[in-house]
Amino acid sequence: MGSTSSTLLKIPNVEVLMQETGFSPAHMIRLHDRFKLRCLFPQDFGAIKELAMNPIGDRIIGAFFCPGKETVDFHTFVKILAHFRPVDKNRPKEPNSPEPINSRSNKLRFAFQLYDQDKDGKISRDELLKVLQAMLGMQVTEEQLESIADRTIQEADLDRDDAISFEEFRKVSPEILHSRCFIKV
Amino acid sequence: WKWTKLERSTLINYIIICLLFLVCELNHSVTSVFPESSLLIMLGFILGGIVWGADKAQTFKLIPTNFFYYLLPQIILDASYCMPNKLFFSNLGAILIHAIIGTCWNAGTVGIALWACYEGGAMGNLNIGPLQFLLFGALISAVDPVAVIAVFEEVHVNEVLYILVFGESLLNDGVTVVLYNVFDAFVSLGGPKINAAEIIKGIVSFFVVAFGGSFLGVVFAILISMLTRITKNVQVIEAGFIIVLGYLSYLTAEMLSLSAILSITFCGVCCQKYINANMDEKSVTTLRYTLKVMANGSETMIFVFLGVSAIDKNIWVWNTGFILLTIFFVVIFRFIGVFFLNWILNQSRLIPIDITDQFVMAYGGLRGAVAYGLAALLDEKKIPEKNLMLGTTLIVVYFTVILQGITMKPLVQWLKVKKATHSDLTLNGKMNNRAFEHILTAMEDICGRMGDNWWTRHWNYFEDKYVCWLLLKSDARKHKDPIFGAFHKLNLEDATKYVTEGERKGSLDFIRNYDSASVDFKKKLALEYGDITPYITGIDNVPVTSVMKNPIPSVSLDIHEQDRKSLPDKLSAHHLLDQHLYKSRRDNRPTYSRSHYNTSENPDEMQEIFQRTMRSRLESFKSAKMGVNPAKKLSKHPKKDSTHKPNGKPADPHRTHPYGDEDFEFSADSASSSEIAGHFHRRSTNTPGAGVDNPAFIPEMDTSPPMRNPPWQTETGNNTAVAPSQRAQGRLPWTSTNLRHLALLRMSTRSTDSFVMADASLDEEAPEEKPGTHHTRL
Repeated sequence: MGSTSSTLLKIPNVEVLMQETGFSPAHMIRLHDRFKLRCLFPQDFGAIKELAMNPIGDRIIGAFFCPGKETVDFHTFVKILAHFRPVDKNRPKEPNSPEPINSRSNKLRFAFQLYDQDKDGKISRDELLKVLQAMLGMQVTEEQLESIADRTIQEADLDRDDAISFEEFRKVSPEILHSRCFIKV
Repeated sequence: WKWTKLERSTLINYIIICLLFLVCELNHSVTSVFPESSLLIMLGFILGGIVWGADKAQTFKLIPTNFFYYLLPQIILDASYCMPNKLFFSNLGAILIHAIIGTCWNAGTVGIALWACYEGGAMGNLNIGPLQFLLFGALISAVDPVAVIAVFEEVHVNEVLYILVFGESLLNDGVTVVLYNVFDAFVSLGGPKINAAEIIKGIVSFFVVAFGGSFLGVVFAILISMLTRITKNVQVIEAGFIIVLGYLSYLTAEMLSLSAILSITFCGVCCQKYINANMDEKSVTTLRYTLKVMANGSETMIFVFLGVSAIDKNIWVWNTGFILLTIFFVVIFRFIGVFFLNWILNQSRLIPIDITDQFVMAYGGLRGAVAYGLAALLDEKKIPEKNLMLGTTLIVVYFTVILQGITMKPLVQWLKVKKATHSDLTLNGKMNNRAFEHILTAMEDICGRMGDNWWTRHWNYFEDKYVCWLLLKSDARKHKDPIFGAFHKLNLEDATKYVTEGERKGSLDFIRNYDSASVDFKKKLALEYGDITPYITGIDNVPVTSVMKNPIPSVSLDIHEQDRKSLPDKLSAHHLLDQHLYKSRRDNRPTYSRSHYNTSENPDEMQEIFQRTMRSRLESFKSAKMGVNPAKKLSKHPKKDSTHKPNGKPADPHRTHPYGDEDFEFSADSASSSEIAGHFHRRSTNTPGAGVDNPAFIPEMDTSPPMRNPPWQTETGNNTAVAPSQRAQGRLPWTSTNLRHLALLRMSTRSTDSFVMADASLDEEAPEEKPGTHHTRL
């Protein structure tokens, strides 16, 4: 345990991080090791070749980098990964504390931000089209993609502004199956 | 009066028919308390009593051979074919642990406990040795899939819980069969001859039987999938092939002394995806319904026979100690086993299984006909107390099915177990699920951990590269994307709702011009089908990318001829159809319910989406229709809107319809139309090049009206030119540019096109006709 605690101390603000994200010390150490080895610049992310196979891989990488920053620090790294922890069902509900990072709503918000590239708070038809193209591109034609995009917007768009806001997104996203929402770190 | 064979079979047929009828007609309030299975068993009691009274001997019994060869396979095939695969495979670890370890635990503990009690003298004098107790333990520990389906069908628990119990009941057959055979062999050998070699043989045989059975099932699944690849020309009997081959897998496994249930389970589970993709929709539907009918029938018969079998004097060997202790141990050890295993599993599961779920799991360990069948197979010479065991087995079965079945529903409600969630088949849902999968895979890569998603991804990759090439038809391969599949399903639904809604509305012209109306539907359906899924209508070699292809496969009717004749009616009928799209949406929940196959409707939500879609369609359609005077032709049903969706729609300006028509309102006033147009304005913002900047899109359109003289009109004499004229229409410039954004719209515009166009052209001829016609329709 001695080595682990000393490793822990090397990570800045580890206590705060652990509290915010809910990761255990073992998790933090593992993430830190991984982070040091691999992930600082976009190129490093690109080096993970499986990510290249991922259709929305580049968007995901983009999500790590706050606008304007060139690198990602450990803090951000861990926070983003914290989105994907399993939901704590037994979390005591404190009315004043902010929602934990891994709540369902925040997971949805993460996905929403992936779609919404220009960060205007709405998914417009073009953005949707781009995502669909990335995920579906090989097998369907342009027109079909467009009609899928249109139909998707129609399903979700409640205030009829031809874009999906986060609220609409949340309402229309069904209960995402539990097994899809998180990973083991 | 002995029953002759003919009488017996007629009687059986009558019984089955009456029972099935009863089962269907049973008052819902009764079935909500008593599960069907228990009612059937009681009916079986009565029946057995009658037969026994008539014959003084039990001539109807559940003969094990009949059961295992003729009644059980269909149920398993049906269950495995409708099994939610993703859920099954993602929980496979838990299911296997419960099936294998749980069943062994149950068998061992029940056997040993009973033996201990026997030695302790609680059962009096019986002629049983410890091995026989173990054998009895093995056969009574099998959780029965039939009973589980029957009981859990009434109670819609959440999917994970269901799949755990159900999967366990299916997969434990491997263990049960092995244990039964092993202990049977031991009993034959006698006690002293058992040594390590035999035990090792037993363990090895487990692996052989279980994996052999599963492997055989997979082989048959591959066979079936490849078969469906080439049965394009005999679609009528595709379903038959599958049923026969499924049964064949069962029989082959039985012949090779492997686990037959495992074989047929894996056959159904593995092939369902490929045959659903390969086969025509009609064949898929046929197959599903056939399997359900057969499974329902078999299940009914099984439970009735279980009841009938009770009325057999031979097996009324009552040994209080034995029976009570058996029941007690069975229940207790089930609970202990389940809780213990789940505790272990929860250490490594991502989502721990709730305590309440665990309780229901334990409580849902129902024994059923499989146990009875195995007991009836016992050899009396080897096991002198066979009748006792048989009787006890029956009592245990009754206890679990009736008692636990009846109390399951209240228990689930009392424990507030999470119920099955309905996940609608929305495009959003599918897309988000997909996106999340990708996200999670990416996250896992970043973390460098292998998780569930790693396996899924690599399986998908492997499947894409090799499996689909082998097992799917080339067309099917293109269309197996789930998002596209959802889209396609929704489109098909729209199409069928079109038809049913239009017919249901009962507009007179459907009755009057039935053939032309049906022509219209066919055409419409063909159009929608044709564009999206060529392989469904049998035009196989037309690539999906070609939008302008001939969408009318074999409907060689002179549509346009009839169009022009009955145009006013057609127009209004068509607009009526337009307005009733999207009435319902299909549920996508796993269909493990035996009796409820269809889907629920959510009219309000659908109506709204439908309205919006139709508005957008009409709007874009109108926007492209330059020169037409849409104010007159545009039929909106705001009245309908307001009746169906009072909150979401704007105030109905058309309430005072000039013609007083309930259904058909033609907006003559520009105020209302501009209001409606106002809605369209927002729609139009995302249609590039639609040409609508001005909300009042109505008569001021200035783009040239090429449709003034659509080609079909100039080909009036050419009756055989139905298909070409559609295509020709399709080539008109406005279809591709202005309406690109809605492929479906293109369909409807193309079809509406003819009517409205004819309308426009005939406008001068008979403007007064239409109102009159509409009046009469009232």
